[in-house]
Amino acid sequence: MSCLDTLQSYALRSLGLGERALPTTDFTFCQQATLIGSGLAWNIYFGALALLTGFFLAVAVALAKGSDHAWLRKPADWFTFVFRGSPLFIQFFFGYFLFLSLKQSVPVFSPLTSAALGALIVLFLNTSAYSAEIFHGALQAIPKGDLEAADAYGLAGWTKFRRVTFPTMLRLAWPAYTNEAIFLFHATTLVFFTGFPAIQQKGDALYYAKYFAEKTFNPFVPYPILAGYFILLTLAIIGLFQLGSRRLNRHMPAQGRRWRAKFQVIR
Amino acid sequence: MTRIIFASALALAATGALAQDVVRLATEGAYPPYNFLNDQGEVDGFERGLGDELCARAQLTCEWVTNEWDSIIPNLVSGNYDAIIAGMSITDERDEVIDFTQNYYPPSPSAYAALSPDVDVNTGTVTAQTGTIQAAHVASTGATLVEFATPEETVAAVRNGEADAVLADKDFLAPIVGESGGELTFVGEDVPLGGGIGLGFRESDAELRETFDAAIQSMKDDGTLNTMLIKWFGEETQTF
Amino acid sequence: MLPACADPSTLEGLSWYLCYLTTGKHLSFYTSFGTVLLLLAVTAPAALALGFGGAMLARSRVPPLAWIGKGYVAIVRGVPDIAFFLFFVVALDQGFEYLRHRIMCADWDQPVRQGNDFVVCDIAKLPLNSSPQWMHEIYGFALAVLTFAIVFGAFAANVLYGAMRAVPRAQMETAEAYGMTHRQTFWRVLVPQMWVYALPGLSNLWMVLIKASPLLFLLGVEDIVYWARDLGGSKTPQFTDYPHGDWRMWYFLFLLVFYLAFTRVSEVVLDRLMRRLTHGQAIAGGEAQRKTAMVGPA
Repeated sequence: MSCLDTLQSYALRSLGLGERALPTTDFTFCQQATLIGSGLAWNIYFGALALLTGFFLAVAVALAKGSDHAWLRKPADWFTFVFRGSPLFIQFFFGYFLFLSLKQSVPVFSPLTSAALGALIVLFLNTSAYSAEIFHGALQAIPKGDLEAADAYGLAGWTKFRRVTFPTMLRLAWPAYTNEAIFLFHATTLVFFTGFPAIQQKGDALYYAKYFAEKTFNPFVPYPILAGYFILLTLAIIGLFQLGSRRLNRHMPAQGRRWRAKFQVIR
Repeated sequence: MTRIIFASALALAATGALAQDVVRLATEGAYPPYNFLNDQGEVDGFERGLGDELCARAQLTCEWVTNEWDSIIPNLVSGNYDAIIAGMSITDERDEVIDFTQNYYPPSPSAYAALSPDVDVNTGTVTAQTGTIQAAHVASTGATLVEFATPEETVAAVRNGEADAVLADKDFLAPIVGESGGELTFVGEDVPLGGGIGLGFRESDAELRETFDAAIQSMKDDGTLNTMLIKWFGEETQTF
Repeated sequence: MLPACADPSTLEGLSWYLCYLTTGKHLSFYTSFGTVLLLLAVTAPAALALGFGGAMLARSRVPPLAWIGKGYVAIVRGVPDIAFFLFFVVALDQGFEYLRHRIMCADWDQPVRQGNDFVVCDIAKLPLNSSPQWMHEIYGFALAVLTFAIVFGAFAANVLYGAMRAVPRAQMETAEAYGMTHRQTFWRVLVPQMWVYALPGLSNLWMVLIKASPLLFLLGVEDIVYWARDLGGSKTPQFTDYPHGDWRMWYFLFLLVFYLAFTRVSEVVLDRLMRRLTHGQAIAGGEAQRKTAMVGPA
């Protein structure tokens, strides 16, 4: 089987298209690279959707954390405490078992036990909590002068938030938020190692890397392939966020524009 | 990579017949009645009794180790233990990687268990443990395969409605179906898979494999193996 | 096992739970919490040492050394840690055995890789096949610690590298003006001062390390996740004295609470530590403390 054939049969295997049976003999480099790459689709699916949806909840939670009302602040604090204070690995396990028992009492919840939805929800809540903490910090760091200037211009309420508070918060939070995005994509590899089952052997990149490592008894090929893919993915995320940073900072003097991800802080 | 059970080493007649003075036996510890961890956290079950008896006959000191099913062969070939005794069916695919003794458990059928008797096992969602002959079989039928890492999780998946049916060794499912009080039933036809269960050894370990092979033969000859099979699997089970 | 638990089938209510929660299996479960704490206690200093080395390399004025240091940090950052965990344990194990094999069995004529088998001579095995059970346990645990230390060492290197650059340049210049050598400046001026800059990053890293500890499960160590999964699964009466349904949710809820408590306590302790370290430092935090102290409690 030539590499092109392999590509045709397995490039979309993780989505259930192409050859149904996974390779069981003479595992070529091409097979490994194709299947592991195919699994990356799941990592991108989980990462991108969780980040996108999580962004909105994170802003809401960050605002609630800064609120003067205890009934808004307390739940927000608890939310970030629970999701930031416990391992995502355990959250996946617990989430899966929780969804199982929900499903038994209320059948409407049955799609929750699939990785595609259930794991996404856990990731969504998890990244919301981490991002909320970042945004909260950024809200606190907005220069007082900026807000006073907004008041002086007669901006208030929603307009003030939309035109001054929100963009400034985003600009300040951006380096840390880039970091959060990178770690979120890395965290997506945990999904199929917890309770969530792989259906029809449709798994993420790590699922296939592990498959090959176990079949070939040689970890020195599949894991470096996986590492290569993830380094590319990380670079792509950094590139995208750099574009965002340029837009957020377009009004700043040139020297303030130099983009720097804040690598000292990890999740 | 090896899970180690805090079980006392079996100091059985350590005369050192072979160069290897301790033989490390790996099992999964999650597949009753073949092997499981009892309330004390020790390896128990049919294979525990069998392994101890085999070691005694071969005059070897044996030690029990538990290891996840999905990495049980990789850890054998990389030398973390010396033998697999974990309800592992003898198949051609596995035989290419490791070597088996003669079977100590006769070729036996696998069966489907489900919540309702009218589940179609060829079109529905069927669960099986990752890396088993049952999983390979389901993948070859029209059914949708859902894999779990442990046997216990596959049964739980059927109870939870994650899957319509589970395919596993009939002797593993029998006590579960029996205890479920009618909740679970066998469906479809039994599927004959594999060539019985044997101990797995590294291909480079022929001497040790032959020692165990001879011990199994002696247990077959004097009928102790049959007694043990009936003790763990009941009167109706197949014997040698 | 408590003597009252001799016949579990007669137990009911509270006493059933009491006996159930003190079975040998549960005791192993409780012990495994110790394993996790031990892992953290050993890994943290090991990762810090590796991180210090990495940061020194990255600062090196010899370009290849600096590349190694920076490459180490960049690669670990770019790849999910779980991939390292799965890879390193097998790779390190085979690597060590291969090295020992080459040294101790130089006259061995068979190949190390025979088909699928990885075969080294008996005396090169780690640990030796004849070693007692606890040696195998320790070895597996040590591999896990090493893997954790390598991964978290890279993160620590990153933090320490940043902290070293944060120490005010003037401090170094002053030291050099006093005639200190490069080495003296590093050890006597830079290193003592960098910790306060490193502490926020290191605190964060400690939290990440705590939260990474359940990944021990993937390294084949019998940890809390392993036992929770085993104990929580439903049990049929034939194979246990304490049959029950699917309780995995409750076991994992317990783990969740354990981790929440653990991170919370860490947070409080680290806050205190930061306050103490900041005391008298010429940075914003130290200034704030000074002002509060001057005003004093009324």
